[in-house]
Amino acid sequence: MSAELGHFALILAFCLALPQAFFGLVGAATRRPHWMALTTRAVAGQFVFTAFAFACLAYCFYRNDFSVLYVAQNSNSELPTFYRFAAVWGAHEGSLLLWLLVQSIWTVAVVAFSRNMPNTMTSRVLGVLGLITSGFALFILTTSNPFERLWPAAPDGRDLNPLLQDPALAIHPPMLYTGYVGMSVPFAFAVAAMLEGKLDSLWARWVRPWTTVAWMFLTVGIALGSWWAYYELGWGGWWFWDPVENASFMPWLIGTALIHSLAVTEKRGLFKSWTLLLAITAFSLSLLGTFLVRSGVLESVHAFTSDPARGRFILIFLCVCIGGALGLYAWRAPLFRSNAGFKVVSRESFLLMNNVLLVAATGLILLGTLYPMILDYLGLGRISVGPPYFSIVFLVPMLPMAFLMALGMHAAWKHAKFERTKVLLGVLLLAAIVLGIGIPTAMYGWHSILSSVGIIVALWVGASALIEPIERWRKSHSLPASVIGMSVAHFGLALFILGATTVESYKEEKDLSLGPGQSTEVSGFTFTLNSFRNVAGPNYQAVESEVAISRNGRPIATLYPQKRTYRVQRNPMTESGIDVTWGRDLFVAMGEPLGNGSWSLRLQYKPMVRFIWLGALVIAIGGFIAVCDRRYRQRVAAEASSPAEAGTSTA
Amino acid sequence: MSNMTPRRRRMVLVGLIVLGVGAATAFALTAFKDNLLYYYPPSDVTAGKAPSDRVFRLGGMVEEGSVKRETGSMEVRFIVTDFHQDVTVSYRGVLPDLFREGQGVITRGRLGADGVFMAQEVLAKHDENYMPPEVAETLRKQHRQKAPAATPST
Repeated sequence: MSAELGHFALILAFCLALPQAFFGLVGAATRRPHWMALTTRAVAGQFVFTAFAFACLAYCFYRNDFSVLYVAQNSNSELPTFYRFAAVWGAHEGSLLLWLLVQSIWTVAVVAFSRNMPNTMTSRVLGVLGLITSGFALFILTTSNPFERLWPAAPDGRDLNPLLQDPALAIHPPMLYTGYVGMSVPFAFAVAAMLEGKLDSLWARWVRPWTTVAWMFLTVGIALGSWWAYYELGWGGWWFWDPVENASFMPWLIGTALIHSLAVTEKRGLFKSWTLLLAITAFSLSLLGTFLVRSGVLESVHAFTSDPARGRFILIFLCVCIGGALGLYAWRAPLFRSNAGFKVVSRESFLLMNNVLLVAATGLILLGTLYPMILDYLGLGRISVGPPYFSIVFLVPMLPMAFLMALGMHAAWKHAKFERTKVLLGVLLLAAIVLGIGIPTAMYGWHSILSSVGIIVALWVGASALIEPIERWRKSHSLPASVIGMSVAHFGLALFILGATTVESYKEEKDLSLGPGQSTEVSGFTFTLNSFRNVAGPNYQAVESEVAISRNGRPIATLYPQKRTYRVQRNPMTESGIDVTWGRDLFVAMGEPLGNGSWSLRLQYKPMVRFIWLGALVIAIGGFIAVCDRRYRQRVAAEASSPAEAGTSTA
Repeated sequence: MSNMTPRRRRMVLVGLIVLGVGAATAFALTAFKDNLLYYYPPSDVTAGKAPSDRVFRLGGMVEEGSVKRETGSMEVRFIVTDFHQDVTVSYRGVLPDLFREGQGVITRGRLGADGVFMAQEVLAKHDENYMPPEVAETLRKQHRQKAPAATPST
């Protein structure tokens, strides 16, 4: 019954997204306050029914209702309750429903936090979001219905893919989707501004927090995915440049560019049309990512023919969104000329360089991702682009960007002379060079120039990010949240660069065969295989090995990596054993039995690998702090309360 | 430097973009050339169409009963087939979880002088229903050419 209710609620949600779009856009265009007021009602209804549909599907999973096809395919009566809930978004249909739910949560958030915006603007934004929502709802209803019944019902389900039975991966999709879908908000703002024909600093101030929050979720989502890949399937790698990863990384890069371009638009009223273009691109790349991941195009371009409806729907949707927005842009962009000037050396220029380099990196990654697909589609042969391509085309624009960043943070608007910070930045750079070459060489030995450059830039950016907050704090100047947020985020990037450079330069890996009682050495650590034993989990069986690690005879840790076999899907799964400290990870994964009691094992030493995810987390925290800046709330407070109170709140 | 007028700024911007796009294209093409991996099915390899001086990808099904290793040794050998021609693959290292006889696989490596493919990497995908698209394609072609007796037993 709940499946039918859910299906019905989904249809109603779709039916309400249409008036949301209509009254939002037409109401604003014809300036009818009643119509615009209706938009908000439609949003509320649409949200309630989407949430209800989602709850229905979750309930089907909770009750193990294997008469629902999607549940039967992705769950099992032995699956622990937590994963039964996570299984809701474990495959295509449910994850789209999650997408829709996240979309309506964002829409409700726009309603809740838009009291300081003119009605027509809010209403247009909601209208555009309504169009997007109705597109996705229609997509689910016509091609990917999660509520489809299975008759006769399956006695038990086929279980959730064992790879997905993991806490990090259970929360990875919601985070990532919140980020992906969140990019639709700046997109909607951009379209609304183009319809309105007006784009000022105030507009940029409205869009900035939305962009930053979406980008923050995207950051966390990508980092979680990378972390999961590291311990669950990556055999110790943390980024593979595979098309699915690229699909999430490209909107992140453009989102980063957008955040910086918005800063210029807000403070100086410049880069207006460029900001619009980035907002459109960020969401388009989110959609492209969904298209690549969800249409089966990644597995083969020919998946078009095996399930043409899904791929074609998203592709058409993509074309409508991008085409419509770009068409509008071509028509309206001339309205957004800005006449302010700036010198070659100024914060504007640094931010422009940031944007150019980020966009260049994105373009090159996009090229490498799409090229094999296009070639294959045209029947010109099957190729793949190796990870070294992506590493090179990413590093070459990003290294100079990081260097420029250390300077750009201290550049003044209009004309930067670096009077106060010149000496300090120079001294810090010198210190970074000495320490960046000295410390790693002393600790791990000399590696390469590239690795030294990476560490130097990390140290310099990290130190440079701290200058302004420390200086303001010492002189007891005001320290707004936006300054702290920027510094924290840039400091996080420095941590990330430090971790990524160190681990890529000094990691050690060893695949070998070990029997009970045998030991081997990796990077000065002695790994001894003590024993094997059989272990039974709730829905799997496993062989567990006990590996003791010592250094110079002093015991350090005992790890228990497992090789699991899940009862329903029969897939073997590797659960790695990792000993974690801030300085390094020691990583043991079991391969397979080699006969006469020995197993193949992969042993790894990963220095500072934790800094990669720590850095990403700090970056996201920086975004969060920046969003808390008072100026985003001030006008809300002024409008919501009486003038007298408003006076005190802004004081 | 004088204050940049909008007109001059636009010129500089256009110049920068042209320069940037040019540099990026040249750069991408070089990076591309060195990192493109071509895919060959076993039939092409035995026919001598695959390069012997370059890393490439070989894909197909792992033949039933072909996985062999010396007891306790890390080296494993198996046969990759498209049900038309076979190529022996040698690999030292830990095989992925989903590597199994009778399933699709993609290997990356070089062709040795003895006709044995020395794999540096073996990929089997996340899902047991998944077949690498290249492999599926190859098998479809073989299927059309040959009698259906060659269907894989699963």
